[in-house]
Amino acid sequence: MDANRLLILVCLLACGAYLLGRQRAYSISGGAIRKLRSLPGHYGFYSLILTAVPALFLLFAWSMLSHTVIDRMVLANLPADMLDRPAAELELLLNDVKNSLQGVGSSNSNTALIGSLAARYTELARRAGLLQWILTISLCTAGMAWAWKHIRIDYPAQHRVERMVVYALIGCSLLAILTTLGIVLSVLFESLRFFHEIPITDFLFGLEWSPQTAIRSDQVGASGSFGAIPLFTGTLLISAIAMLVAFPVGLMSSIYLAEYADRRARAVLKPALEILAGIPTVVYGFFAALFVAPMLRGLGEAVGLGVASESALAAGLVMGVMIVPFVSSISDDVITAVPNAMREGSYGLGATKSETIRKVVIPAALPGIVGGVLLAVSRAIGETMIVVMAAGLAANLTANPLEAVTTVTVQIVTLLVGDQEFDSAKTLAAFALGLVLFVITLVLNVIALHVVRRYREQYE
Amino acid sequence: MNSRNNGNTAGQSTAERMQRKLRRRYAAERRFKLYGLVSILLALMFMLFLFIGIFGKGYTAFQQTQIRLTVDLASVEFPASVEDIDGFYAVDYAGLIKNALYALFPEASSRRDRRALYQLISPGAVYVLRDRIMASPEMIGKAADVWLPANDDVDMFVKGNFNTGETSTGRLDDQQAAWIRVLRENGRLEKHFNTTFFTASDSREPELAGIRGALVGSFFTLLVTLLLSFPIGVGAAIYLEEFAPRNRWTDLIEVNVNNLAAVPSIVFGLLGLAVFINFFGVPRSAPVAGGFVLTLMTLPTIIISSRAVIKAVPPSIREAALGVGASKVQMVFHHVVPQALPGMLTGTIIGMGQALGETAPLLMIGMVAFIVDIPGSILDPATVLPVQIFLWADSPERAFMERTAAAIMVLLAFLVVMNATAVYLRKRYEKKW
Repeated sequence: MDANRLLILVCLLACGAYLLGRQRAYSISGGAIRKLRSLPGHYGFYSLILTAVPALFLLFAWSMLSHTVIDRMVLANLPADMLDRPAAELELLLNDVKNSLQGVGSSNSNTALIGSLAARYTELARRAGLLQWILTISLCTAGMAWAWKHIRIDYPAQHRVERMVVYALIGCSLLAILTTLGIVLSVLFESLRFFHEIPITDFLFGLEWSPQTAIRSDQVGASGSFGAIPLFTGTLLISAIAMLVAFPVGLMSSIYLAEYADRRARAVLKPALEILAGIPTVVYGFFAALFVAPMLRGLGEAVGLGVASESALAAGLVMGVMIVPFVSSISDDVITAVPNAMREGSYGLGATKSETIRKVVIPAALPGIVGGVLLAVSRAIGETMIVVMAAGLAANLTANPLEAVTTVTVQIVTLLVGDQEFDSAKTLAAFALGLVLFVITLVLNVIALHVVRRYREQYE
Repeated sequence: MNSRNNGNTAGQSTAERMQRKLRRRYAAERRFKLYGLVSILLALMFMLFLFIGIFGKGYTAFQQTQIRLTVDLASVEFPASVEDIDGFYAVDYAGLIKNALYALFPEASSRRDRRALYQLISPGAVYVLRDRIMASPEMIGKAADVWLPANDDVDMFVKGNFNTGETSTGRLDDQQAAWIRVLRENGRLEKHFNTTFFTASDSREPELAGIRGALVGSFFTLLVTLLLSFPIGVGAAIYLEEFAPRNRWTDLIEVNVNNLAAVPSIVFGLLGLAVFINFFGVPRSAPVAGGFVLTLMTLPTIIISSRAVIKAVPPSIREAALGVGASKVQMVFHHVVPQALPGMLTGTIIGMGQALGETAPLLMIGMVAFIVDIPGSILDPATVLPVQIFLWADSPERAFMERTAAAIMVLLAFLVVMNATAVYLRKRYEKKW
């Protein structure tokens, strides 16, 4: 709350600095703006940047770090015998302190200790807040004063401001790299902790998946085996079903749209197909669980087949329909990119349209289509909501599409929703699965993007 | 003779063979075209089936069965002023409702019957009655007619097989079904527009559950996403198109952006959990955490579409600006960006549409909690509309199923509006250079 008010104050100060800097430039020039090296606005922006940017950085870093620092300082004050306790216990103690500050009843019986720690906590937080105000405001003022001093007739304010703008733009584009780095580091780091407990070979080649670790050693049914093979086969099975639907339907739709449909039909049909890509996956999941799965079950009963109520088939079919627009839009792009001369050459030899498409256009477009299919496969592997809602949790090692299977994404969700201790193998297993998922989709994407790019260059 | 004859028949048969082959080829041509048409129609039919299925399930949720009870407000003491909230909260509203019911059906005298009778009314009706009385205190002291929500089983019964003559529905017994019939004949049971669905937050009781909390949560989450992803995405696009030198470094950024667009959304959830929540201590379940994760997810979409529109601005505009002495930054911000802005907005709206429908990464960062309060800021625990759909889809009550479908209809309506805006913007401001 206090930080919010400070943020508003910094913004107001920055606006003031802009006006002040511009005014200063006017007055220095003595009314003859032409004498200034840059426009008055540039001097304004210059002092705005100097006022706001360092202060905002400080504000941001402070809000990120102050909680941790205060926690440490509160704990540092504990009696020596308590400091030796395990970290988890101290963490618990801190939680009790924070709860008592918020008026929630605490579970700790040692109210005197909690009370004294709470008082210390409030005192430290108050001081930290005050210090933050003083530092931020003085940084603002210093920036403003610096700018005021530097505004002279020959000062290259425009150059400075523009360089800072470009730095800001570079910062924006670096975020893409930072994100990838963040993904890799976070997933890798937790996975390494997981492989410390469970050997990586057990994880990658184990045939049994039951992630319930026992709390007591004599507990039944909590073997805690982390063999991920059933998850991989389940993912493959569902993705294969999805591709069996999406590939023929998507490819034939794109051929029809690119080669046969007249302009008016194309203008209607193409956006209509793309609606499929815009429907949220949770809607597909609901539809699969509520309509498709019971329907398949009914059909199975009619012909005497036992279909599980959460069969791989239902999830795969619906996922296939979801992926159709991805396959069709990429194929459509690559098919229209095939030069007309090739088609005309084929017509000239007397081939019919479908023969031309099958024998000339598709082979020419094949690399692009393959790239599109790879992208679609990576989407199918990473798809979560449909399988969470329509495929089961049972880690069956089977190739029968009528049975329930589970996937990598389903297990990540079930392992991480609800359970929150960060050092159990169960939680860390989710990150190991995430690592596998990330690596596989990354490889598929890199290959696909490379193939599509090469293909584009070929006909440009 | 023989050979010529042979030649003749062979000639005829060659022509015939050619004809036959040509017919076959034309048939194959027609078949091929048909396959294409059929696959498009298959996909569209599936979509139609999906929409019809969900609308057919969901439209009933916009109505809610209510029961009109004559509550004797003279029989209990009410505090003198509405300011006395504790006093109002202490009144025995359940007793009022029970007495009104017993007066309607005096024949239900046994304890079992009376309990069955009270089950017709929603357990939340006491709060509805309390709020109604507090809103209009002039009712106090008289016998007043109040519409109260019926229990979800009653609601399902009335919406479902009321007219089929079937009596037993599993969760209601014959006696309760008979009472419902009597109530309906007396005009005391009607279906009204379900305002609760739009004004309430999540609840364990389907008849009291609504999407307001999830909508507000979605709004806050998207607000954070928009405020972060639009400037950052546009900034990155401007740098990559206008300033970046062509070298390995910018190639790396480009490959990164393209790859991030295809990383599974759940991996972003893992990133959010490990980095934002565990490392930086962003509050769990809060829209701000969701907004951060969705920002990273929508950035590639915005960057890629913004780059395309910047690229489409003709170089002559840039050269003209530079020619009259503008600096490069001035050229970009005064001339290129204004020309490209509508296109950038279109891309941003499409990205926001994706973010609105995104579920999986938000499950990871704890936005699945059961939250009854409507969030008041970006730091309060909240859930979002797609996650609410996911939660309700898991509930065993049949009444939640129609609410799930109805929530999907609301979500789809928002998406349609957003995408229609994007299409309109594109059509309205599209420039052919």
